[in-house]
Amino acid sequence: MTLDSKSPPGPIDKKWEYAKAHYKLVNPANKRKYDVIVVGAGLAGAAAAASMAELGYNVQCFVYHDSPRRAHSIAAQGGINAAKNYQNDGDSIYRLFYDTVKGGDYRSRESNVYRLAQLSVNIIDQAVAQGVPFAREYGGLLENRSFGGVQVSRTFYARGQTGQQLLLGAFQALERQIGLGRVKMYPRHEMLDVVLVDGQAKGIVTRNLVTGTITSYAADAVVLATGGYANVFYLSTNAKASNATAIWRAYRRGAYFANPCYTQIHPTCIPQSGDFQSKLTLMSESLRNDGRIWVPKVAGDARRPDQIPESERDYYLERKYPSFGNLAPRDIASRGAKEVCDEGRGVGPGGRGVYLDFADAIKRLGRSVIEERYGNLFDMYADITAENPYETPMRIYPAPHYTMGGLWVDYNLMSTIPGLYVGGEANFSDHGANRLGASALMQGLADGYFVLPVTIGDYLAGQLGKKVSADGAEFKQTQAEVEQRIGKLVGAKGKRSVDSFHKELGNIMWERCGMARTAEGLKSAIADIRVLRDQYWRDVRVLGTNEEPNQALERAGRVADFFDLGELMCIDALAREESAGGHFRVEYQTADGEAKRNDDDFLYASAWQFKGDNAAPELHKEALVYEEVKLATRSYK
Amino acid sequence: MDLTLQVWRQASRTADGKFVTYEAKGISPDASFLEMLDVVNEELTERNEQPIHFEHDCREGICGSCGMMINGVAHGPIGGTATCQLHMRHFKDGDNIRVEPWRARAFPIIKDLIVDRSPLDQIIQAGGYISVNTGSAIEANTLLIPKAVQERSMDAAECIQCGACVAQCPNGAAQLFTSAKVSHLGLLPQGQPERYDRVVRMVEVMEEHFGSCTMFGECEAVCPKEISIDFIARMNRDYLAAKFRTRKSEAGAT
Repeated sequence: MTLDSKSPPGPIDKKWEYAKAHYKLVNPANKRKYDVIVVGAGLAGAAAAASMAELGYNVQCFVYHDSPRRAHSIAAQGGINAAKNYQNDGDSIYRLFYDTVKGGDYRSRESNVYRLAQLSVNIIDQAVAQGVPFAREYGGLLENRSFGGVQVSRTFYARGQTGQQLLLGAFQALERQIGLGRVKMYPRHEMLDVVLVDGQAKGIVTRNLVTGTITSYAADAVVLATGGYANVFYLSTNAKASNATAIWRAYRRGAYFANPCYTQIHPTCIPQSGDFQSKLTLMSESLRNDGRIWVPKVAGDARRPDQIPESERDYYLERKYPSFGNLAPRDIASRGAKEVCDEGRGVGPGGRGVYLDFADAIKRLGRSVIEERYGNLFDMYADITAENPYETPMRIYPAPHYTMGGLWVDYNLMSTIPGLYVGGEANFSDHGANRLGASALMQGLADGYFVLPVTIGDYLAGQLGKKVSADGAEFKQTQAEVEQRIGKLVGAKGKRSVDSFHKELGNIMWERCGMARTAEGLKSAIADIRVLRDQYWRDVRVLGTNEEPNQALERAGRVADFFDLGELMCIDALAREESAGGHFRVEYQTADGEAKRNDDDFLYASAWQFKGDNAAPELHKEALVYEEVKLATRSYK
Repeated sequence: MDLTLQVWRQASRTADGKFVTYEAKGISPDASFLEMLDVVNEELTERNEQPIHFEHDCREGICGSCGMMINGVAHGPIGGTATCQLHMRHFKDGDNIRVEPWRARAFPIIKDLIVDRSPLDQIIQAGGYISVNTGSAIEANTLLIPKAVQERSMDAAECIQCGACVAQCPNGAAQLFTSAKVSHLGLLPQGQPERYDRVVRMVEVMEEHFGSCTMFGECEAVCPKEISIDFIARMNRDYLAAKFRTRKSEAGAT
């Protein structure tokens, strides 16, 4: 199957208009005849569910949380980008598009990214209308801050809780539709499979997390907005329940998985402090606006930071990237930290940390300004580390944070399974090999509010009179397979807890498929994952039954899928014999240690097709065509 | 550090529950309260006992999933903190800690420390939003909002819907939660058209499920986001004003 991106013809700034003008429409009176399932209610899912219900579709929305407002979008801190150019600093839709393509190291699809930049301005309007309390200037106008990888101020924010406020906007829009009876909400329901009828996505199978009941639901189309898979590393900044099961089940049913190896390791997280650690906490990238990153010049310098004089400090990002300094893109900042720690210059316990120092900013602006900008982040840091960041520099270290890879989708956000749409972090569409800060919120909301509700009509228009029932044979078959798999997990009755396996898998992934990857390391990782996975299915211990709330069982299914996904990530990383963005292959670097792309051989998105449990996945390539942006070596110097 | 826990165990909504004593040994003072429970749960699994069920997700104090009564106090002894951000360094070696689920009639127990908080969503469904369909928004900067108003609105909007306010209240009231949403939206110019309708609809649903507010102030004391009870007074004023308005319009006045 050749991958058709379905990018519309015409000049880049007219493609979305062209597409909208040529989509088939569903007439308003007919919309209520269509059922759409939305899985997940983060920014993309809640926005899509609410917007489609506003249009008149019957929406069923499924989340594993007790309320849609718990989705992990809520934890995004720093902000959301939009090309409003309110600061008069030379910003434009084109510049946001260009920055995103460049930031992604020229591995994204131009047409999608341009549409994202166009829609960014509508998102801000929509959010403000919903009552999102973005930061404002004294004159009452919206305020902006800067983020990494760009030289304009285009980031809108609500204290350090931008994700929370944007999600509440989408959540409230969704709750309004639930109240009006246009969305049927299914909280505490986890999707465990997608059901295909004649090759089209026509429903899902879920487990009720309170009763254990396995149920099938039918619809005319299915939207997955189930987030990313950084928890494959066990320790990440993701919420504990964030998982890949929904997209992984879809992959096994025929949806291609694109660029699984593109993972983002965020440079500013609180370093790990012990084996008990259950997750890593992000400190927003916005801190790099005012904080300066440094380590001692000499390896093994054990002095307290305030005893290390200026001349013996290495502000390595400012030194290496003078024009972007501490606001270098995430992949570059993370590798920089790893490098200095590998040289023995890291600080804090275990030497895995670098300083993020606000002393200069406090001197320049005063403590109260810093408090206003970052107060809640400083409090969070103090809570976790028992250190006061106003007085001593923060210690930070990179941690898995976001996954640019995801299910392959065309311009309309439809996967390779007809009728199966994918939005937000769950798809691969917009960020290439590295995502810029404050762009995840933008993409989730663009997909949810403005893209999916429009593109899905083009498909649904052809589905009139093709309703299926959840009692059909395909549903019964899929449901039986789901039940069988649960039976296997509960029935293993082994000796080791789910978490102990997950930690071991995470360690393999972090060491060999993390910030620096080699062919040798990846090959051994694949072999080790296979051995561990076999052991898992024999020796995992899930106590209790399916017919009750069972958190170990919930985790067991998710970790089982992480094994398979982890393997595919390594296969993809091994096949991509170049370095690009967050994917750094040690064998492919420039003389000064920067990522070395190979545009001659790897200017494509990798899309993997599942071929069976005991067969190698098949690689399909979507060639990336750059008509607007000229391919160049990324430079932030 | 070593601790003794008494944890409420209850298999289901209808089952009888009881306190069970567990020893938590070798806990790092840098661990969070939930990470301490993780350690206990790994040991329970080892011993073939079902782990303690508790709700949690982001572990950054923002998703609002977690929450338990720790020695009788919602989210434990440190103010302005959700359970996931409560660290063990705030306890002493050898401490006895009693762990219970949220206590409120409106929040029935699902299992162990997990409760059903869905009535809070129903309050939002009743009116906790601004009615604006996707696509019909005006240009964002055509609306001027004084910085102080936006800051005040944000103070209320920070609520994480954890339910601690209800759990701590002797009356099981949800006034702090409801007033936070009423104020977040009612303070903003965008929220004005529905301001009085909104407060009436939300308060009505709130009263179906929750107790009455008698201004104990316990909610404010345990709120992980330190949301002020001043918002309750604000909600009451709006509610009263709304009722006068209704009476006027019923009488045909304008």
